[in-house]
Amino acid sequence: MSAPPAAPLTYVYAVTPPAPAVRLLLPSLTGVGGRPVTLLHAPGDDPGPVAFVISDVPRPDWDEDALKARFEDLRWLEDAARSHHRVVEALAAHTTVLPLRLATLYQDHAAALGVLRTQGQAFATRLARLSGHTEYGVKVYVRPAPPAEAEPPVAGASPGRAYLQARRAQRSAHEDHYRQAGLATERVAAVARRFTADRVGHPAQSGPLTSASPEENVLNDAYLVPDEHAEAFLEALAGAARGLAGVRVEVTGPWAPYSFAAPPPPPEEP
Amino acid sequence: MKAVDAMDALEGVDAVDAMTPAGRREGVLPDRQVALVDLLDRLLAGGVVIAGDIVLSIADIDLVRISLRALVCSVATLEDGDDDGR
Repeated sequence: MSAPPAAPLTYVYAVTPPAPAVRLLLPSLTGVGGRPVTLLHAPGDDPGPVAFVISDVPRPDWDEDALKARFEDLRWLEDAARSHHRVVEALAAHTTVLPLRLATLYQDHAAALGVLRTQGQAFATRLARLSGHTEYGVKVYVRPAPPAEAEPPVAGASPGRAYLQARRAQRSAHEDHYRQAGLATERVAAVARRFTADRVGHPAQSGPLTSASPEENVLNDAYLVPDEHAEAFLEALAGAARGLAGVRVEVTGPWAPYSFAAPPPPPEEP
Repeated sequence: MKAVDAMDALEGVDAVDAMTPAGRREGVLPDRQVALVDLLDRLLAGGVVIAGDIVLSIADIDLVRISLRALVCSVATLEDGDDDGR
């Protein structure tokens, strides 16, 4: 049974319990490409433990060829990412949510339902694990060393020597900032040991999207925090950069548990 | 603004989780748009990747991955993200 060419594709945002609050929420949401957002679950009296939150999207805009071209377009990508995020955030405000990776598409509802049937229990297990937890991001930045502040030049020093002195001073300030970043990172780790359930390290951020800032990102972690510890976690983090003028600690979130949606990979070696 | 509509829609309903931090989400960072780079870290490298009848999921796109990485270097985890079974 193949779909006619013009049949829409099924875009999946997230897995959630098929709760009444979710049903009531969805009609007010706008999805990717301005599409309505609906709930998809097994037909009949028993919807099963979990449902997909989906949009039907026009095939010509979202098939493989279209996506290959569009993922090259940062404005389109940002729009899609923010639309996807808006739906996930709205869900997360009301229930536990398992976000799917951006641009997860099925040929039709039947194909998506097939996945729900075979993997619904695994999704439900993961949802239960994430229930009562929230993701936060913690980033550590190294501030640029101040331009070499000339120490009072040694009497009679040559300009060349003064220059070298200034360079040396800047380099040592630079090294000191990295040392401070190491200290801040240790403090973050200590806070995390006390208050968090899981950690995922994202690669440090660099590249065009961050180049406006002169600071260097050296830590880009995501933490899964039990809700009852969230306040203490955030309070403790506020002290992570105390007395360290060369670094900045930034906390992002609360996030839906994007970084913890997939179960950890099975251990491969001891 | 959609979120506000959503709240309206839920009025009078026993909103699940209203007292949890997740329920307070909208009050924590009012009116602040998340940084795109933080969002892409999560949406391009995080999230569930499902094997199956997927037309396309981003981990599958070798060509795009290259240009995306130039755009967002922090998405380096895509390198070892091929766990989707395609």
